[in-house]
Amino acid sequence: MTNAPPGASPRRRLSASLHHRPRVRLSLLLSGPLIWLGLAYLGALAALFVTAFWSTDVFTGRVVVSWSLDNFATLARDAVYRTITVRTVGVAVLVTVIDAVIAFPMAFAMAKFTSRRTQRLLVIAVMTPLWASYLVKAYAWRSMLSGNGVLHWLLAPVGLDGPGYGLTATVITLSYLWLPYMILPIYAGLDRLPDSLVDASGDLGARSVRTFFSVVLPLAMPAVIAGSIFTFSLSLGDYIAVKIVGGTSQLLGNVVYDNIGAANNLPFAATVATVPVVIMLLYLAAVRRTGALDTL
Amino acid sequence: MTFSRTTRRVLLGALALGLAVVYFPLLVVLLNSFNADPTFGWPPAGFTLEWWSRAAGNDGALAALRTSVEAGVAATAIALVLGTMAAFALQRYKFIGRNPISLLIVLPIALPGIVTGIALNNAFRTILGINLGLFTAIVAHATFCIVVVFNNVVARLRRMGNNLEEASMDLGADGISTFRLVTFPMLRSALLAGGLLAFALSFDEIIVTTFTLGAGMETVPIWIYDNLFRPNQAPIVNVVAAVLILASTVPVYLAQRLSGDSASGGRL
Repeated sequence: MTNAPPGASPRRRLSASLHHRPRVRLSLLLSGPLIWLGLAYLGALAALFVTAFWSTDVFTGRVVVSWSLDNFATLARDAVYRTITVRTVGVAVLVTVIDAVIAFPMAFAMAKFTSRRTQRLLVIAVMTPLWASYLVKAYAWRSMLSGNGVLHWLLAPVGLDGPGYGLTATVITLSYLWLPYMILPIYAGLDRLPDSLVDASGDLGARSVRTFFSVVLPLAMPAVIAGSIFTFSLSLGDYIAVKIVGGTSQLLGNVVYDNIGAANNLPFAATVATVPVVIMLLYLAAVRRTGALDTL
Repeated sequence: MTFSRTTRRVLLGALALGLAVVYFPLLVVLLNSFNADPTFGWPPAGFTLEWWSRAAGNDGALAALRTSVEAGVAATAIALVLGTMAAFALQRYKFIGRNPISLLIVLPIALPGIVTGIALNNAFRTILGINLGLFTAIVAHATFCIVVVFNNVVARLRRMGNNLEEASMDLGADGISTFRLVTFPMLRSALLAGGLLAFALSFDEIIVTTFTLGAGMETVPIWIYDNLFRPNQAPIVNVVAAVLILASTVPVYLAQRLSGDSASGGRL
């Protein structure tokens, strides 16, 4: 392309001038997303963080702008919040590990032992329940776990009973909800892994187990980590599954929710909300070098 | 491949069992929608269509459906524009700050929903002084839908390269014509797939919606949640759940047909 000839239409001149100014084109393209996400979303996150240092007037319930670390002190000192934080992180780690252990063999079989055509169908089979509403799936487990529900009926003949509503039910439900988020990235990762590497490992005398731990697992790790970001983060922030099947046990999300609703204490809710954010940012920073973020 | 026959069998068995477990609870919901026992005791007490006919006439559920569709369509439209712009910028240009920006696009879904929810709630109410309504929910939904469109468009741009666009320019088309006649047609199915998935994500979202939708309004997930703990509503909730299970297969199927790229969900 050369410069637009003299007398060309305005549109053509605009087009030509843009063509010669990649920086202008780039800034035009970036302006929309950056104003929306950079200004509005990051601004909102920053404001939330600032609010965490404010307080609430006990009598009027209004937010008082006075800087203090009181909220953070309460959070750190009160044994209740420590317990809830540990419980939440524990649940998130447990759900992530359970999902990784269940998802890996499934993804491996999908990627390596089935034909292209079957693979496409299997991807659809895994994705479909992902888009079946979150609430429907949590609800499904509520009716499965209920006193006269399917699980009770299935386990009664072997002399067992379902776990009922409680922390175990929360872990089961969350693992179920987030499983596709683990299967699909691992599948995508293993699908990219060339079969020839596995064959080479076998030709050099490694058995299946050795090949798995020395070749397959290291190469698939970024995909597992990519999946773990979602299972971990989604579990850290959840409060709805807890309300539906969790019985009386509380997670961080419930504390945040209750402080906004019933207690009307936005500053303290903001303080509690910084906990999962800090945990998540530390986790994201830790896994950045593995290349997992590029595959999201 | 060097894996023994036993390994193959075990892993394929695990895959089949895993999928069976994934679908089993959904199947139970479907079966329960015809269960004559209103508390859904198992095994079913008998077959009935009563819950389906009662749900069809439920005004609350229908109003919630309308709100969900309005929010989803508007959020998807915004996400399509912004996600495509971001995809072009990050896929076609090398510049400083590229990595932080790609992290920023993922952030709204990488952070727990409750954080995004109260951050936006606080920004709307305390800082900007806007009352919560449908508009605020749309803004919130668009924020986390951008990444879905972005992912789909980036995948397509990466695959199609820019040979055809360069050819078009060499043959004398200006940038705008090239976009209209060459680039856009090649992107169209990726945009449609991204849009469908963004809509599905918006339709399903509950945590962020709880904090950004105005009082007195309900989306379908919020309606389900509100009615979940009312024993006399259980059969209707169950029918709505059954409908959503069946309806959710449509966008996934279409998106998969259209995109041709493997897995292409928002959080994937």
